[in-house]
Parts: sequence; C-alpha cells; structure tokens
Amino acid sequence: MKTSMLLRVGAQLLLPLLMVLSVYLLVRGHNHPGGGFIGGLVASAAIALHLFAVDIRSARGVLRADPRTLLGAGLLIALVAAVMGPLAGGAVFEGLWLDVNLPVVGKTHIGTPLLFDIGVYLVVIGAVLTMALTLAEVEG
Amino acid sequence: MISDIASHAMLVAVLACFAAACAAPPLLTRLGTVLGGRLLALLPLILLGVLLSGFGAEVAAGGAVVQSLAWIPGLSVSASFLFDGLSMLMAVLVLGIGVLILTFAASYLDGDDRAPRFFAYLMSFMGAMLGLVLSDNLLLLFVFWELTSVTSFLLIGYDHEDEKARKSAFQGLFVTVAGGLVMLAGIIVLAEMAGSYELSVILAGEDLHAAPGAGLALALIAIGCFTKSAQFPFHFWLPNAMAAPTPVSAYLHSATMVKAGVYLLARLHPVLGEHAHWFWWLVPAGSVTMLLGAVLAFRSSGLKRVLAYTTVMALGTLTLLLGLGEAGAAVSFLLAHALYKGALFLVAGIVTHESGAKDIRDANGLARHMPVTAVAALIAAASAAGLPPLFGFIGKELLMEAGQHGPVLVRVMALLAGALVAAMVATLVLRVFFSGDGRANPKAAHEAPWSMLAGPVVLGIGTVLFGLFPGLATDSMLAAAAKAAGEEGKFYLALWHGFNMALLMSTVSLLIAVGLFLGWPAMQRRFAAWTVPERFGAEAGYGRLLDGILGIASLQTRLLQSGYLRYYVMTLLLVLLTLTGGTLLARTGIIVPAGADFGSYGVPAVMAAIILAAGMAALRTRTALKAVLALGALGFGVALVFLWYSAPDLAITQVMIETLTTILLVLVLFRMPRFRRLSTVAERARDVVIAVSVGALMTALVWMVIGGRQFPSIASWFLERSVAEGYGRNVVNVILVDFRALDTLGEIFVLALAAVGVYALLRGPAMLESERSKP
Repeated sequence: MKTSMLLRVGAQLLLPLLMVLSVYLLVRGHNHPGGGFIGGLVASAAIALHLFAVDIRSARGVLRADPRTLLGAGLLIALVAAVMGPLAGGAVFEGLWLDVNLPVVGKTHIGTPLLFDIGVYLVVIGAVLTMALTLAEVEG
Repeated sequence: MISDIASHAMLVAVLACFAAACAAPPLLTRLGTVLGGRLLALLPLILLGVLLSGFGAEVAAGGAVVQSLAWIPGLSVSASFLFDGLSMLMAVLVLGIGVLILTFAASYLDGDDRAPRFFAYLMSFMGAMLGLVLSDNLLLLFVFWELTSVTSFLLIGYDHEDEKARKSAFQGLFVTVAGGLVMLAGIIVLAEMAGSYELSVILAGEDLHAAPGAGLALALIAIGCFTKSAQFPFHFWLPNAMAAPTPVSAYLHSATMVKAGVYLLARLHPVLGEHAHWFWWLVPAGSVTMLLGAVLAFRSSGLKRVLAYTTVMALGTLTLLLGLGEAGAAVSFLLAHALYKGALFLVAGIVTHESGAKDIRDANGLARHMPVTAVAALIAAASAAGLPPLFGFIGKELLMEAGQHGPVLVRVMALLAGALVAAMVATLVLRVFFSGDGRANPKAAHEAPWSMLAGPVVLGIGTVLFGLFPGLATDSMLAAAAKAAGEEGKFYLALWHGFNMALLMSTVSLLIAVGLFLGWPAMQRRFAAWTVPERFGAEAGYGRLLDGILGIASLQTRLLQSGYLRYYVMTLLLVLLTLTGGTLLARTGIIVPAGADFGSYGVPAVMAAIILAAGMAALRTRTALKAVLALGALGFGVALVFLWYSAPDLAITQVMIETLTTILLVLVLFRMPRFRRLSTVAERARDVVIAVSVGALMTALVWMVIGGRQFPSIASWFLERSVAEGYGRNVVNVILVDFRALDTLGEIFVLALAAVGVYALLRGPAMLESERSKP
C-alpha cells in the first residue's frame, strides 16, 4: 500500500521526537503530569503512526525487540519492584529510595516506584503493539 | 544459624526433597540416569539418618517432637511439624522405601529419555508425602495431601502419549482431589470443634467425640480418607493407576500414598474412635473393600493388576482393623504390607523388565534365570500369604484375632479374603518362577542388576527379621506408633501365640487357599467372564457421572452461549439494569441531591454539545470508518471535560487511548462493508429502550455519587502524604505506582493477558494449521 509522501516523511521526523517525549513523560511523571502509562501510550502511538505511514517491517524494526518480549520484561520489572521491599525487610511494594545527585537534574530521589513505572511503561508498549502489529499482519 | 536449622529440621527435610526435585533434571541430564538416580537416592537415606538420630530414641520411648514456624498466622496456618510414633513409622516407610525405589528406578529407567522428568516428579512426591506424615497443622497436611494427588497424577500420566494413561491419571486425580476437598470441610469442622488446627493440640484434647459436630467431621474426613486409600466404592482408580511405571506403583500406589487415608484415620482414632459412628463408617467400608479386592485380584491375571487388587484388599483390612479399634494390629499390618507388597511390585517390575512378561500366563520357570529374584519373591509371597515365621504371618494372625472381636460376618469375610489373597500370591510366584521350563518367555530372561535386586532383597530381609524377632519392630517403632494411634495398654507382638482361634482360622484359610491355587486357571477364566463388575460396578458409575457432568455442561452452553456479540452485550446491560437499577429502586429510591456544584455552566455546556453531536453522528453514519472517527471525536470531547476540571493526567491518557483505539479499530474495520439494515424495527426499538435505560441509570448513579458523599474523601489523605512519603508532587502518579501499586500491578497483568489473548485469537488458528500440516 502506497502512502502519501508527506505522511511518510512526517512520521519519520516525528518518531524520534515522540520517543524522546515518551521517555520524558515517564521520568517526570512522579512530579508532573505523565508517568509510565502515559509515556507508554505515547511511544505506542508513535510506533503505530510509523506502522501506518511506512510498513509493518519497519515498525517492527523500530522496536528491535518483539513486543511480546517487552510485555514479559515489563511484568518482570514490576514484580522485581514489588519484592524489593520484602527483600529489604519491609512490606510488599514498600518504596525504597536513594538520594542521588545527578549532573543535570540536581539533587533528587530515585526509588522502586520509578522502577515499577518503567515496568508499566514496557507492559503498555508491549500490549498495545502486540495487538496492533498482530492485527496489521493478519489484515495485511 | 545451625541451631535454627536443627529447630526446623523437619521443614528443612521436606524442603530438601523439593529442592532435589528441581535439581533432578539437570543432574540426570549431566550424569546419566543411573548415576544421577543413585545420587538422588542418597538424599532420603541422609534424611532418614538425620530424623532418626535426632528424634528416634525420644519417640521410640513414647515421646513426641513438635517444631513450629509461623506461616500465615491470620488463617491459623503454620508450618508446624509433629514427630511421634505414627509419624516415625510412616516417615521410615516413605524415606526407607524411597531409597530402594530410587535405586531401582535408576536402573529400570536407564535409556528412557524422559527419566529426568520422572525423577523430578518422584522427588516432589517424596517431599509431599514426607510433609503429609510429618504435618502437625491440619491445613498444612491438607496442602501436602493434595500435592501427593497432583504428583501421583503426573506419575500415572508419565506415558502421556498413551490415552489410557492420561485417562487413568485424570481418574485418580479426580477421585482423590474431590475426596480431599470433602476432607478439608471435615478438617475445618474438626478444628472449629477443637479450637485449633494443630494435631498436637487436638490429640491432647479430651472427649472430642462427644462434642456436637463430631459426627459430621468424622463423616467428611472418612470420605476423604476412603478416596485416597481406595476404599469401596472409590477403589477403582487404584488398579488403573498401574499405568504408571512399576517403581511408582510400588512406591505411591502400594507402600506410601494410598496409606495416607489410613494414616489420617489412625491419627484421629484417639479422638474420634469412641464416636458411635466410627464403627459404622469404617467396618462396613473396610470389610467390603477387603473381600472385593481379594475377589477382583483372584479374577485378574496381569502381574501388576493382581498386586493392585491385593493392595486394595490390604487397605480394606487396615480400615477394618481401625474400625474395630485395633490400632496396634493396624500399624503392624501396615508395616508388614509395605514390606511384602513393595517387594512384590519390584519383583513384578524385574520380571517385566528382564523377561518382557506382563501377565502371569506369559511367564514360566523364571527361577532358572533369576534365582535371587525368585527367592525374594518367594519370601514376599509367603509373607503375603501369612506363612510363619514371616512378619506377614503376625499381621494375618492379628487380623484373625481382631476378627474375634467383630461380628461373625466380618470374621468369615476376613477368612475368605485371606484365602483368596494367599492363593493369588502363590499363583503369582509359583507359576511365574517355579513351573515350566523357562523357555517360553516373551524374551530371553536374565537376572536383574544388583541395584534392582536391592529393593526386594532388603525388604525380604526385613520381613524375615521382623518375623523371627518381632521385638525388633515393636521396640523401635511399632509400640510407639500403636500408642500414637490410640492403642491402650502395652503393645507387643509374638510369633507364637499358642493354639487359639486365630491360629485355627489362619490354618483353615490356608487350606482353602491351597484349593483355590490348584483350581486357579479354570476358575480365573470363569470369574473373568463374569462382567457384572465392569457393567454395574463403581467405575461404571464414575463413567456415568463424568458423562452427566459433560452433558450438563453442553446443555447450559447451548442455553447460554448464543455466539452473537450483540446478545452478550444485551445480556450484560440487562443484568446491570436489573441488579443495580432494581436494588436502587427497591432499597433507596433515586435520590437526586440538590446543588451538585459544576462551577460555571457555559464551557461545560459547549463540551456536552460536542459530545452529543459526535454520538449522534456515530449513530447516523453508514460506514464503519466514519463511525469509528465519530466515536474518536466523542472521546476527545470527554478529554476536554477532564482538562476543564483540571485532571491533566486523565486528559492525556484519554487522548492517547482514543488515538490508539481509533487506530486499532481502523485496522480491524478497514475492509468492512457499508452498514446494512439487518434488524427489524421492533428490535431496534427494543435496543433503544435498553440503551436509554442504561444511560439513565448511569447518570442517576453518578449524580447520586457526586451529591451523596457519606464519608470524608480519601483524597486529602493522599494529597497530604504524596510529597512527604511518596516523594512526588503528581499525586495521581504517586497513587498509581506507590500507594495503590498492587492495583496497578493487577491492571498491567490484565493488560498483558488481554494482549496475549488477542495474539492467540488472531494467530492461534494459523499456528494450529501449521502444527497439523507437520508430518
């Protein structure tokens, strides 16, 4: 299926921007609107756009990993975040925090909730793209 | 740390078996079946040594050891273990015979590439069975009880490409797990009565049998035990379980697992034995099982089948003895049976392995080729037949003696069952090993390697030793076991009791056995031609029950599952209307609170107009694509509402979801034809009524929720703690990933499952197709 050149070029330009935006939304989520769920949706939308504008193979290429792998990895990361509390002698999902001094951001906290959010992010991307790519392949 | 392990030695022992189960596949793959299997056999040997050296002396003197670790205190589940005489007897059987079985299986399964899996199952079973007999907490016992059913299922279905094995595995699982659930109910009743789930506490309590509910607890637990220990009418699963490899039959389905029911009955004998119903539950079931097992054994000719039915007979005998209150006799018979029946099963395994014969009539004269096996088989058979001076003789004397305390009918049944079994084991051993010239076997027979002989030989030595010196058995284990099972007074065994009624009955029984043995070939044929048990027996009933369940399932599927999405949606909405709407009208009426505050009305009104217009457009359009776009617009309208009421996270999510949903729908609907009018006007009118009613209901609900807040909002709690404890200023995100992270975890699992479901739906047919086209 031939798509319009404007769409193709536009999608290719937008893809990296949207991916950066999705990670930005993921990281800032704890303090500003955003988070793993929204970030994951943005990334999925970016790849879905690519899927429409270019083709399935190229959309799969963007990910480098099979979306089903992302699904599993995301769940695993979320579970790891869940059991880190008990491993440190606390309750399930008890947040563990590190105070760190990052070069650009400055003094901040990094903790298991962020890890959990990364898990959510991966699961959302994995789920949406498993559905979208499979549908597209069956249709195509 | 060391003292920690010592104070939880029993827990560690059970866990060690499960750990060995995990280690078994790589171990066997790396080292080969023979070496790996023999290494695994060391574990039960070590555990046996640890348990006996740690607690053996104290327990043999009549003491008991309890070790407890809190597990789920809120549900009264603790990892607590009890080591007394009865536990010790059972643990010795589980671990001791386990050593022999593992050594045997290592050679028996050499060359079978499924052996790693087999050993993993077998070690898991050993852990479960050890846990079962050591559990102090009844709920823990139940968990292990069901685990033994599951591992038994896996082992019966070991040859999973054989349909008969699969069926038998399922049958065993179905019967024992169903019984286990009944038993769980009984355990709960018992524990409520006694005020504790700990056996050590329940056993210390007096007069439980007089408490209200004792009859119910007894009935439920007895049914559970009957299914596990293959009592009539649940006996049919056990012979079918012989589809498992022979070491499994010897271990699970003769020496250990099937004794779990008897074990629990013996365990509860001290507290429930005085109950008026005890006799009437156990004695009829036990005596019928005893005689039925013996008769069914007599009409069979398959090596393992004969042994399976004689095991059914032995289990019936054990139940009968407990029913008569003869706890000491029961534990002695249990030990005697485990020794000779384990040996006989292993002999059967050797015969099949080395000569190819699976039926009594296929083998002959094997003693010429395998003299050691023949001697071991002879000893075991003589013990099973109840010949002096073997331990089985003492067991049989105890049965006849106990019969004197029971009704005359029971006495006659015991006599007949004993005769039938004696004739049958004689047939088994004499015809297979000592008659004929040994040439007409399915394949050239030869003696088994030492690792396979070790089992029958060691068990045979035990049989002779305990027979000649019964004091060895009573002093080390049986006296303590009898005491734990509720035997009053000092318990002792002797080979010679003088001339008494029991001896006379034994002799008569043996004389009948000689006659039965001589007439077996003709009688077996006539018995086997008699098909009443097959047509009307318990197994036929089981078949009809399963057919009935499947029939009901397909009936309700035909009734409820129309296969049309529109009817499913309609059903859901109607249920919602009836239950929620009905409750609302019947209980409270629709209360419209005054003055729900929407702020200013101008902008929300415009947004409402946009949403309504998009909704109408979706209804009016004639193509799927336009309908999807209109619905997308509707979703964006909702996002605007979220934004207006300052919920940016929600608004962003809504926008993204709408975008992606539209994309997914477009992918699906791209090739759909234009809408056509397929439903009648009346149907459309009905749909309008349902849709509008559900809409009205939801509006009313939301309105009531906004206006009728009954409790202070939890929002302020989250707002206060978001920065202080969650280190985040975005309270929505802090709730999602911190305060309510467990909910989010559930949601992402659902999301992942949905994706897998979509994948399976779309890809499944294609994958099945390619699977089928493979050669």
